[in-house]
Amino acid sequence: MMRGFFRTVVLKGSKWLLFLSLFLFMACATTHERLMDAGMSPVQLRNMQSRVFETAEKERTMRTVIATLQDLGFIIDKADLDLGSVTGTKLNTYALRMTVTVCPRGESHLVIRANAQFNIEPVVDPQPYVSFFASLEKAMFLKAQAVE
Amino acid sequence: MPITLPASEVTAVKRHGNRLRILSAILSILLLSACQPKIPREALMLTPESLKHRQLQTRRFETADEKRVLSACAALLQDLGFTIEESETELGVLLGCKTRSAVKAAQVVGAVLFAVMTGIIMSVDKDQLMRASVVTRPADPGHHIVRVTFQRIVFNTMGHVCRMEMISDVKIYEDFFERLSKAVFLEAQGV
Repeated sequence: MMRGFFRTVVLKGSKWLLFLSLFLFMACATTHERLMDAGMSPVQLRNMQSRVFETAEKERTMRTVIATLQDLGFIIDKADLDLGSVTGTKLNTYALRMTVTVCPRGESHLVIRANAQFNIEPVVDPQPYVSFFASLEKAMFLKAQAVE
Repeated sequence: MPITLPASEVTAVKRHGNRLRILSAILSILLLSACQPKIPREALMLTPESLKHRQLQTRRFETADEKRVLSACAALLQDLGFTIEESETELGVLLGCKTRSAVKAAQVVGAVLFAVMTGIIMSVDKDQLMRASVVTRPADPGHHIVRVTFQRIVFNTMGHVCRMEMISDVKIYEDFFERLSKAVFLEAQGV
Protein backbone atom coordinates (compact mmCIF):
# COMPACT_ATOMS: atom_id res chain seq x y z
CA MET A 1 0.00 0.00 0.00
CA MET A 2 2.85 2.31 0.95
CA ARG A 3 4.60 1.52 -2.34
CA GLY A 4 1.44 2.51 -4.23
CA PHE A 5 1.24 5.77 -2.31
CA PHE A 6 4.88 6.65 -3.08
CA ARG A 7 4.35 5.73 -6.72
CA THR A 8 1.41 8.14 -6.95
CA VAL A 9 3.43 10.89 -5.24
CA VAL A 10 6.41 10.35 -7.58
CA LEU A 11 4.16 10.28 -10.65
CA LYS A 12 2.34 13.47 -9.57
CA GLY A 13 5.69 15.06 -8.73
CA SER A 14 7.15 14.20 -12.11
CA LYS A 15 4.18 15.83 -13.85
CA TRP A 16 4.80 19.05 -11.91
CA LEU A 17 8.53 18.76 -12.57
CA LEU A 18 7.80 18.52 -16.29
CA PHE A 19 5.73 21.73 -16.20
CA LEU A 20 8.34 23.49 -14.08
CA SER A 21 11.14 22.53 -16.48
CA LEU A 22 9.00 23.69 -19.38
CA PHE A 23 8.60 27.11 -17.72
CA LEU A 24 12.28 27.36 -16.87
CA PHE A 25 13.20 26.34 -20.41
CA MET A 26 10.87 28.97 -21.87
CA ALA A 27 12.38 31.62 -19.58
CA CYS A 28 15.95 30.68 -20.53
CA ALA A 29 15.17 30.88 -24.22
CA THR A 30 14.06 34.53 -24.12
CA THR A 31 15.87 36.43 -21.32
CA HIS A 32 19.05 37.40 -23.21
CA GLU A 33 16.97 39.24 -25.82
CA ARG A 34 16.06 41.79 -23.12
CA LEU A 35 19.56 43.27 -23.43
CA MET A 36 18.45 45.26 -26.47
CA ASP A 37 14.89 45.74 -25.26
CA ALA A 38 14.03 49.45 -25.08
CA GLY A 39 10.40 48.94 -24.04
CA MET A 40 9.07 51.43 -26.60
CA SER A 41 10.24 53.37 -29.69
CA PRO A 42 13.54 55.27 -29.12
CA VAL A 43 12.00 58.58 -30.30
CA GLN A 44 9.03 58.27 -27.91
CA LEU A 45 11.36 57.29 -25.07
CA ARG A 46 13.76 60.19 -25.71
CA ASN A 47 10.91 62.73 -25.85
CA MET A 48 9.47 61.45 -22.59
CA GLN A 49 12.80 61.44 -20.76
CA SER A 50 14.36 64.70 -22.07
CA ARG A 51 13.84 68.43 -21.58
CA VAL A 52 15.72 71.51 -22.80
CA PHE A 53 16.72 74.30 -20.38
CA GLU A 54 17.85 77.74 -21.46
CA THR A 55 21.20 77.89 -19.68
CA ALA A 56 24.82 77.16 -20.57
CA GLU A 57 26.06 76.62 -17.00
CA LYS A 58 26.74 72.89 -17.00
CA GLU A 59 28.35 72.63 -13.55
CA ARG A 60 25.64 74.66 -11.82
CA THR A 61 22.95 72.63 -13.57
CA MET A 62 24.57 69.36 -12.51
CA ARG A 63 24.79 70.52 -8.91
CA THR A 64 21.08 71.44 -9.07
CA VAL A 65 20.26 67.99 -10.52
CA ILE A 66 22.17 66.41 -7.61
CA ALA A 67 20.32 68.57 -5.05
CA THR A 68 16.94 67.71 -6.66
CA LEU A 69 17.72 63.99 -6.59
CA GLN A 70 18.67 64.33 -2.90
CA ASP A 71 15.42 66.18 -2.17
CA LEU A 72 13.54 63.29 -3.82
CA GLY A 73 15.23 60.84 -1.43
CA PHE A 74 18.05 59.55 -3.65
CA ILE A 75 21.63 59.05 -2.66
CA ILE A 76 24.22 59.86 -5.29
CA ASP A 77 26.08 56.75 -6.47
CA LYS A 78 28.16 58.36 -9.23
CA ALA A 79 28.75 61.77 -10.76
CA ASP A 80 31.03 62.85 -13.59
CA LEU A 81 31.31 66.48 -14.65
CA ASP A 82 33.11 65.79 -17.96
CA LEU A 83 30.57 63.18 -19.01
CA GLY A 84 27.71 65.21 -17.51
CA SER A 85 26.15 62.20 -15.78
CA VAL A 86 24.71 61.68 -12.30
CA THR A 87 23.37 58.34 -11.01
CA GLY A 88 21.37 57.94 -7.80
CA THR A 89 19.40 55.27 -5.92
CA LYS A 90 16.28 55.67 -3.80
CA LEU A 91 15.45 52.88 -1.33
CA ASN A 92 11.98 52.96 0.15
CA THR A 93 10.86 49.31 0.34
CA TYR A 94 11.56 49.45 -3.42
CA ALA A 95 14.77 50.29 -5.30
CA LEU A 96 14.50 53.17 -7.79
CA ARG A 97 17.68 53.86 -9.74
CA MET A 98 18.02 56.88 -11.97
CA THR A 99 20.66 58.33 -14.29
CA VAL A 100 20.48 61.97 -15.37
CA THR A 101 22.71 63.30 -18.14
CA VAL A 102 23.36 66.97 -18.93
CA CYS A 103 24.51 67.72 -22.49
CA PRO A 104 25.11 71.13 -24.10
CA ARG A 105 22.94 72.00 -27.12
CA GLY A 106 24.24 74.97 -29.07
CA GLU A 107 25.78 77.78 -27.02
CA SER A 108 22.94 78.65 -24.72
CA HIS A 109 20.97 75.48 -24.00
CA LEU A 110 21.36 72.22 -22.11
CA VAL A 111 19.49 68.98 -22.75
CA ILE A 112 18.74 67.02 -19.59
CA ARG A 113 17.76 63.39 -19.97
CA ALA A 114 16.66 61.12 -17.14
CA ASN A 115 16.07 57.39 -17.28
CA ALA A 116 14.84 55.33 -14.37
CA GLN A 117 14.60 51.69 -13.35
CA PHE A 118 12.04 50.59 -10.75
CA ASN A 119 13.24 47.36 -9.07
CA ILE A 120 14.02 45.28 -12.18
CA GLU A 121 11.72 47.08 -14.64
CA PRO A 122 12.44 50.15 -16.79
CA VAL A 123 10.15 53.13 -16.11
CA VAL A 124 8.26 53.73 -19.37
CA ASP A 125 5.33 55.62 -17.86
CA PRO A 126 5.59 59.38 -18.68
CA GLN A 127 4.11 60.55 -15.31
CA PRO A 128 7.21 59.94 -13.11
CA TYR A 129 9.38 61.87 -15.58
CA VAL A 130 6.87 64.76 -15.64
CA SER A 131 7.08 64.85 -11.80
CA PHE A 132 10.89 64.76 -11.86
CA PHE A 133 11.20 67.64 -14.34
CA ALA A 134 8.58 69.65 -12.40
CA SER A 135 10.82 69.34 -9.30
CA LEU A 136 13.91 70.22 -11.33
CA GLU A 137 12.22 73.30 -12.86
CA LYS A 138 11.50 74.62 -9.36
CA ALA A 139 15.10 74.07 -8.25
CA MET A 140 16.55 75.66 -11.39
CA PHE A 141 14.11 78.61 -11.49
CA LEU A 142 13.84 77.89 -15.20
CA LYS A 143 11.10 76.57 -17.46
CA ALA A 144 11.75 73.21 -19.13
CA GLN A 145 10.97 72.88 -22.82
CA ALA A 146 10.17 69.67 -24.68
CA VAL A 147 12.85 68.37 -27.04
CA GLU A 148 11.98 69.02 -30.70
CA MET B 1 -31.73 7.51 -6.18
CA PRO B 2 -27.95 8.05 -6.52
CA ILE B 3 -26.50 7.77 -10.03
CA THR B 4 -23.49 5.46 -10.38
CA LEU B 5 -21.12 6.11 -13.24
CA PRO B 6 -19.14 3.35 -14.96
CA ALA B 7 -15.47 3.02 -13.82
CA SER B 8 -14.08 4.36 -17.17
CA GLU B 9 -16.17 7.54 -16.87
CA VAL B 10 -15.09 8.05 -13.24
CA THR B 11 -11.42 7.93 -14.39
CA ALA B 12 -12.19 10.41 -17.20
CA VAL B 13 -13.83 12.82 -14.74
CA LYS B 14 -10.83 12.52 -12.38
CA ARG B 15 -8.40 13.21 -15.24
CA HIS B 16 -10.44 16.22 -16.28
CA GLY B 17 -10.32 17.48 -12.66
CA ASN B 18 -6.54 17.07 -12.58
CA ARG B 19 -6.16 18.96 -15.85
CA LEU B 20 -8.30 21.78 -14.52
CA ARG B 21 -6.15 21.96 -11.36
CA ILE B 22 -2.94 22.08 -13.43
CA LEU B 23 -4.41 24.74 -15.73
CA SER B 24 -5.49 26.87 -12.76
CA ALA B 25 -1.99 26.54 -11.23
CA ILE B 26 -0.40 27.70 -14.51
CA LEU B 27 -2.87 30.59 -14.72
CA SER B 28 -2.06 31.66 -11.14
CA ILE B 29 1.70 31.61 -11.88
CA LEU B 30 1.12 33.76 -14.97
CA LEU B 31 -1.10 36.16 -13.06
CA LEU B 32 1.38 36.38 -10.18
CA SER B 33 4.24 37.19 -12.54
CA ALA B 34 2.07 39.85 -14.18
CA CYS B 35 1.40 41.49 -10.77
CA GLN B 36 4.80 43.22 -10.48
CA PRO B 37 4.42 46.35 -8.30
CA LYS B 38 4.33 49.61 -10.25
CA ILE B 39 6.29 52.77 -9.45
CA PRO B 40 4.35 54.78 -6.81
CA ARG B 41 2.95 58.13 -8.04
CA GLU B 42 4.82 60.09 -5.37
CA ALA B 43 8.20 58.39 -5.98
CA LEU B 44 9.52 61.39 -7.95
CA MET B 45 7.44 64.12 -6.31
CA LEU B 46 8.49 66.58 -3.63
CA THR B 47 6.49 65.97 -0.44
CA PRO B 48 6.40 67.73 2.99
CA GLU B 49 8.70 64.89 4.12
CA SER B 50 11.31 66.04 1.55
CA LEU B 51 11.76 69.36 3.39
CA LYS B 52 12.05 67.59 6.78
CA HIS B 53 14.71 65.25 5.41
CA ARG B 54 16.60 68.17 3.84
CA GLN B 55 16.74 69.97 7.20
CA LEU B 56 17.84 66.80 8.97
CA GLN B 57 20.58 65.97 6.46
CA THR B 58 21.99 69.45 5.78
CA ARG B 59 24.39 71.78 7.65
CA ARG B 60 26.22 74.96 6.64
CA PHE B 61 29.95 75.32 7.33
CA GLU B 62 31.92 78.53 7.49
CA THR B 63 34.69 77.76 5.04
CA ALA B 64 35.41 78.86 1.47
CA ASP B 65 37.48 75.79 0.60
CA GLU B 66 35.19 73.07 -0.78
CA LYS B 67 37.99 70.53 -1.21
CA ARG B 68 38.93 70.91 2.45
CA VAL B 69 35.33 70.17 3.51
CA LEU B 70 35.20 67.14 1.19
CA SER B 71 38.49 65.85 2.53
CA ALA B 72 37.20 66.22 6.12
CA CYS B 73 34.06 64.28 5.10
CA ALA B 74 36.17 61.51 3.52
CA ALA B 75 38.30 61.27 6.69
CA LEU B 76 35.16 61.10 8.84
CA LEU B 77 33.67 58.34 6.69
CA GLN B 78 36.93 56.42 7.12
CA ASP B 79 36.75 56.99 10.90
CA LEU B 80 33.29 55.42 10.81
CA GLY B 81 34.63 52.38 8.93
CA PHE B 82 33.28 53.24 5.47
CA THR B 83 35.32 52.60 2.32
CA ILE B 84 35.13 55.33 -0.31
CA GLU B 85 33.50 53.83 -3.40
CA GLU B 86 33.06 56.95 -5.51
CA SER B 87 34.25 60.55 -5.50
CA GLU B 88 33.93 63.53 -7.84
CA THR B 89 35.58 66.58 -6.32
CA GLU B 90 34.45 68.88 -9.18
CA LEU B 91 30.84 68.32 -8.11
CA GLY B 92 31.43 67.71 -4.41
CA VAL B 93 30.27 64.09 -4.39
CA LEU B 94 31.45 61.25 -2.11
CA LEU B 95 30.03 57.75 -1.62
CA GLY B 96 31.07 55.39 1.16
CA CYS B 97 29.94 51.82 1.91
CA LYS B 98 30.32 49.30 4.71
CA THR B 99 28.84 45.91 5.54
CA ARG B 100 27.99 45.09 9.14
CA SER B 101 26.00 42.49 11.07
CA ALA B 102 22.22 43.03 11.27
CA VAL B 103 21.54 40.26 13.79
CA LYS B 104 18.98 41.23 16.46
CA ALA B 105 18.93 39.01 19.57
CA ALA B 106 15.14 39.38 20.06
CA GLN B 107 14.45 38.33 16.46
CA VAL B 108 16.71 35.26 16.79
CA VAL B 109 15.03 34.23 20.06
CA GLY B 110 11.61 34.64 18.39
CA ALA B 111 12.68 32.53 15.40
CA VAL B 112 14.05 29.76 17.67
CA LEU B 113 10.81 29.65 19.72
CA PHE B 114 8.74 29.59 16.50
CA ALA B 115 10.90 26.71 15.16
CA VAL B 116 10.50 24.73 18.40
CA MET B 117 6.70 25.20 18.39
CA THR B 118 5.98 24.68 14.69
CA GLY B 119 9.04 22.95 13.26
CA ILE B 120 9.29 25.74 10.64
CA ILE B 121 12.64 27.52 10.40
CA MET B 122 12.13 31.25 9.85
CA SER B 123 14.81 33.42 8.25
CA VAL B 124 16.13 36.33 10.33
CA ASP B 125 18.17 39.46 9.54
CA LYS B 126 21.86 38.66 9.02
CA ASP B 127 23.94 41.34 7.23
CA GLN B 128 23.39 44.94 6.22
CA LEU B 129 25.05 47.00 3.51
CA MET B 130 25.21 50.62 4.71
CA ARG B 131 25.79 53.46 2.25
CA ALA B 132 26.64 57.07 3.00
CA SER B 133 26.40 59.76 0.36
CA VAL B 134 27.98 63.17 1.01
CA VAL B 135 27.38 66.15 -1.28
CA THR B 136 28.92 69.60 -0.80
CA ARG B 137 27.96 72.79 -2.58
CA PRO B 138 28.91 76.46 -2.30
CA ALA B 139 26.47 78.69 -0.41
CA ASP B 140 26.92 82.40 0.44
CA PRO B 141 30.46 83.70 -0.02
CA GLY B 142 32.76 81.96 2.46
CA HIS B 143 30.28 79.16 3.23
CA HIS B 144 29.61 75.62 2.06
CA ILE B 145 26.62 73.36 2.54
CA VAL B 146 27.09 69.66 3.33
CA ARG B 147 24.28 67.16 2.87
CA VAL B 148 24.68 63.57 4.00
CA THR B 149 22.24 60.70 3.40
CA PHE B 150 22.42 57.18 4.80
CA GLN B 151 20.71 54.11 3.36
CA ARG B 152 20.81 50.43 4.20
CA ILE B 153 19.96 47.13 2.55
CA VAL B 154 19.36 44.24 4.98
CA PHE B 155 19.92 40.61 3.94
CA ASN B 156 18.41 37.64 5.81
CA THR B 157 19.90 34.21 6.60
CA MET B 158 18.56 32.95 3.23
CA GLY B 159 20.67 35.59 1.48
CA HIS B 160 17.57 37.51 0.31
CA VAL B 161 17.07 41.27 0.60
CA CYS B 162 14.48 41.75 3.35
CA ARG B 163 14.65 45.54 3.83
CA MET B 164 15.74 48.54 1.73
CA GLU B 165 15.42 51.93 3.39
CA MET B 166 16.77 55.40 3.97
CA ILE B 167 17.98 55.86 7.55
CA SER B 168 16.17 58.85 9.06
CA ASP B 169 17.23 58.58 12.72
CA VAL B 170 17.79 62.14 13.96
CA LYS B 171 20.51 61.06 16.43
CA ILE B 172 22.66 59.52 13.69
CA TYR B 173 22.65 62.73 11.60
CA GLU B 174 23.30 64.94 14.64
CA ASP B 175 26.21 62.72 15.67
CA PHE B 176 27.64 62.80 12.13
CA PHE B 177 27.54 66.60 11.91
CA GLU B 178 28.95 67.02 15.40
CA ARG B 179 31.94 64.89 14.42
CA LEU B 180 32.19 66.73 11.05
CA SER B 181 32.29 70.13 12.75
CA LYS B 182 35.28 68.96 14.79
CA ALA B 183 36.96 67.44 11.72
CA VAL B 184 36.47 70.62 9.63
CA PHE B 185 37.90 72.66 12.51
CA LEU B 186 40.90 70.30 12.76
CA GLU B 187 41.38 70.43 8.96
CA ALA B 188 41.31 74.23 9.12
CA GLN B 189 43.93 74.11 11.87
CA GLY B 190 46.01 71.69 9.76
CA VAL B 191 45.90 68.94 12.45
